[in-house]
Amino acid sequence: MFCCGVYGFITRKNMIAILISLELMLNAVDINFVVFNRFLFPGQLEGMMFTLFAIAIAAAETALAIAIIVNIFRVAKNIDVRDLTKMKF
Amino acid sequence: MESVGSIVMYGIIVAAIIVFSILTVTTRRILRAATYLLFVLFATAGLYFKLDYEFLGAVQIAVYAGGIVVLFVFSILLTSKPGDSSARLASKKRIVGLIAALMSLVVLGYALVSRPEFWTTFSAPFTLDMTMNRLGEILLGTEKYQYLLPFEAVSVLLLACIIGGVVVARKR
Repeated sequence: MFCCGVYGFITRKNMIAILISLELMLNAVDINFVVFNRFLFPGQLEGMMFTLFAIAIAAAETALAIAIIVNIFRVAKNIDVRDLTKMKF
Repeated sequence: MESVGSIVMYGIIVAAIIVFSILTVTTRRILRAATYLLFVLFATAGLYFKLDYEFLGAVQIAVYAGGIVVLFVFSILLTSKPGDSSARLASKKRIVGLIAALMSLVVLGYALVSRPEFWTTFSAPFTLDMTMNRLGEILLGTEKYQYLLPFEAVSVLLLACIIGGVVVARKR
């Protein structure tokens, strides 16, 4: 799943598709945290807490990134990273 | 020891996660990619439920499936016409992506098999006391292995995120 995320992150051109790939990678890491916590240290909850905070931060980051993308689209009418060469409009 | 049905359930969930994540990155229509992402997130929540982390599964469904996917669908519909699919990928780019993905697969697989002592210490999962009471104490305590400070940090982060969103979305 992480590998899928890496593949998508590199090959996609649409910004939202890149963001979706990013979510895939974050989810893979979350699953790893939880599974290793469950099977190696079942008495403690560190991995679960890490995953909880990772989910919260991922949600915040996605919301901001989508706000930025929508704003870019409003100015540039385009969200392909290949075609966006200017930083200022 | 776990029952056969439980292991079959794990297999189904893992297969669903893998298949849908591959479909997510290979489909050409971006709205379908978002839908497959939703399936991946649901399967992940199912995995959490299966591992007895009910709270985490509920959070996963509420935050990811409820919030993030809706945001994705909204922004996709705002930024692209429905029905147009992305252009075919250049083969060079696809090869670069495949190489990166395979390299990460090799590294992760090596990290997994090079520690055989991990597999022996895998304890059989027992029923653990995951009451909401204990969870709340861990989340809001200040002792060792308790997490009040990150909790507050996340709240400050969310506040910064709200302000940033307002600033970004404001009309100039």
